[in-house]
Amino acid sequence: MTATDTRLDAHPAGSAPLRLGWLSCLVPIRGVVVAVAGLLLLLFVVALNLALGDFDVPVVKVVRILLGGEAEQFQRAIVLEVRLPQTVVAVVVGAALGLSGALTQTFARNPLASPDVLGVTEGAALAAVAFVVLIGAGRETVSTPLQTLGLSGAAFVGGIATALLLFLLAWRRGIEGNRLVLIGIGLGAACSAATSWLLVTARLQDATTAQVWLTGSLSSRGWSEAKPVIVMLVVLIPITLLLVRTLNALQLGDDSARGLGVRLQGSQLVVLICAVALAAIAVSAVGLLEFVAFVVPQVALRLTRGSRPPLVSSMIYGAVLVVTADLLTRTVLPFGLPAGLVTTAIGGPYLIWLLIRSKRKAAL
Amino acid sequence: MTEVLDTSALALQLRAESVTVGYGAEPVLRDLSFDVPTGRITSIVGPNGCGKSTLLRTLARLLPPSDGRVSLDGEPIGRLSTRDVARRLALLPQSPTAPEGLLVSDLVLRGRHPHQRWFRQWSPKDETIIAEAMAWTDIAELKDRPLDELSGGQRQRAWLAMTLAQDTELLLLDEPTTFLDLAHQVEVLDLVVRLNRERDRTVVMVLHDLNLAARYSDTIVVMHEGAIVGEGEPAVIITQDLLSSVFGLEAEVLSDPRTGLPIVVPVASAVGVRTG
Repeated sequence: MTATDTRLDAHPAGSAPLRLGWLSCLVPIRGVVVAVAGLLLLLFVVALNLALGDFDVPVVKVVRILLGGEAEQFQRAIVLEVRLPQTVVAVVVGAALGLSGALTQTFARNPLASPDVLGVTEGAALAAVAFVVLIGAGRETVSTPLQTLGLSGAAFVGGIATALLLFLLAWRRGIEGNRLVLIGIGLGAACSAATSWLLVTARLQDATTAQVWLTGSLSSRGWSEAKPVIVMLVVLIPITLLLVRTLNALQLGDDSARGLGVRLQGSQLVVLICAVALAAIAVSAVGLLEFVAFVVPQVALRLTRGSRPPLVSSMIYGAVLVVTADLLTRTVLPFGLPAGLVTTAIGGPYLIWLLIRSKRKAAL
Repeated sequence: MTEVLDTSALALQLRAESVTVGYGAEPVLRDLSFDVPTGRITSIVGPNGCGKSTLLRTLARLLPPSDGRVSLDGEPIGRLSTRDVARRLALLPQSPTAPEGLLVSDLVLRGRHPHQRWFRQWSPKDETIIAEAMAWTDIAELKDRPLDELSGGQRQRAWLAMTLAQDTELLLLDEPTTFLDLAHQVEVLDLVVRLNRERDRTVVMVLHDLNLAARYSDTIVVMHEGAIVGEGEPAVIITQDLLSSVFGLEAEVLSDPRTGLPIVVPVASAVGVRTG
């Protein structure tokens, strides 16, 4: 009954106690390994994405160009002015979507609860399409920065507004995960229907502009799209990392979380605001990259074998997935296919698998 | 026992002061006052829907009273920070939920939440208290197993370890023995008694089984239709009259020859009795 006989390994298996002065924490060993492996993988696909395309630039040369070394003007322009900005967009959008999904899935205690399933991204898309079709942002053949900003801004506002509506409809003395998911699916369907209706009634040119944006195209996206996402990540990543312990407590149910001293509604609100802002800003940058926020956190969860989607690994693998999708659309797939189609092609079967699996589990 | 009572002057005082919980013409609790007996084990019993879980949840500040107040050491519990309350009062909800794959030790660790900061998540004190909590509940060998692989009794002990890791003087347990077989119910309640006797924990729990409540409590609180209709030692409180008026149960109350504690034996209707 004394504490000393079990003292050496009171901490959870697979974690390493770390104490430095007044700082103490438990390092999840597997989580760190998965994250480092993900970073290496990300470096690899980023290098490929900078090197390959219509004109291949050797990876060695890419590294030299990035470090400011000697290279032909032409290659330097391709790497630095075309591929680098687009790759950065892919990285930050993927990270934002991965983090957003990890937050919503933990919050709702439900693997289905990603921003795309909850209708947040569909709401953003609806607002963007409405902007193009009704206000006629697509009338000009060359889009001006102001129009791009308007489209992105509309998407962001649309995402936030949909999330607010979702709250109002799902709120019943607190937020309950399954209720949130069901209402979110309904909202998402309604938004998609409205989007389709707008596209059908729109002028052909507007519809084309909107459609290309909708399918999550990364081509010709650059620094102006990357910047807002980067700002959002810089602000929100520290906040979400401070929320880790609260997320852990929230997982035990509302009563237990409050018993443990969590300010339930305040923390839930902060988690959801972070998640929605990340999803909305990602959609506003590149359009609909379906299923990234949905699939990546669950894959990261299976890799880390934790009890909830890991935040850092979800960001890293989200970036890996989007960069890979960009790479595939530019090199392997026929001309002009948007990256959103690749992520959907990966996500759709995964969703079916998840549903079949959970049904079997419930039947057991 | 006397030592336990001596500490009560210093220990925490949790009380409900004429609380009404729920709205409308028929609130769940109506103008109810209750002082938690410090240093003792109190069981709240009563028929289904009498408001016993509601009372416990109100005491644990999970339900805000529409009238009256709950106070902890004289201060209104709603005005204390929830984190501060969590360091003095731990709650084991009825059928708590845990995510798939959560390890036992990970669950127990979460009990340290109100004591941790982002920069202090594994202090020597955390370590000692978690090890103690696991030793007390006898789950040290199970610590690296996922919670969902355990038996009901083991799982309940792990949850108890989490509430112990919270290191509070007060423990509120909402039906801690539900879904357990009799042997595991006794095991959990034995643990509760040891916590009270050896660690001076004040315990308030909701129990369904009157015989177990009588066997394991210092005080029994009987509730009926949102009000407390009896409070006192088991032998005084549990009577034939009470059983018929509150529970609508025809039963005899025997006295345990070993302990002198009351034993409820329902009188079976003629149809149910087999004489052959």
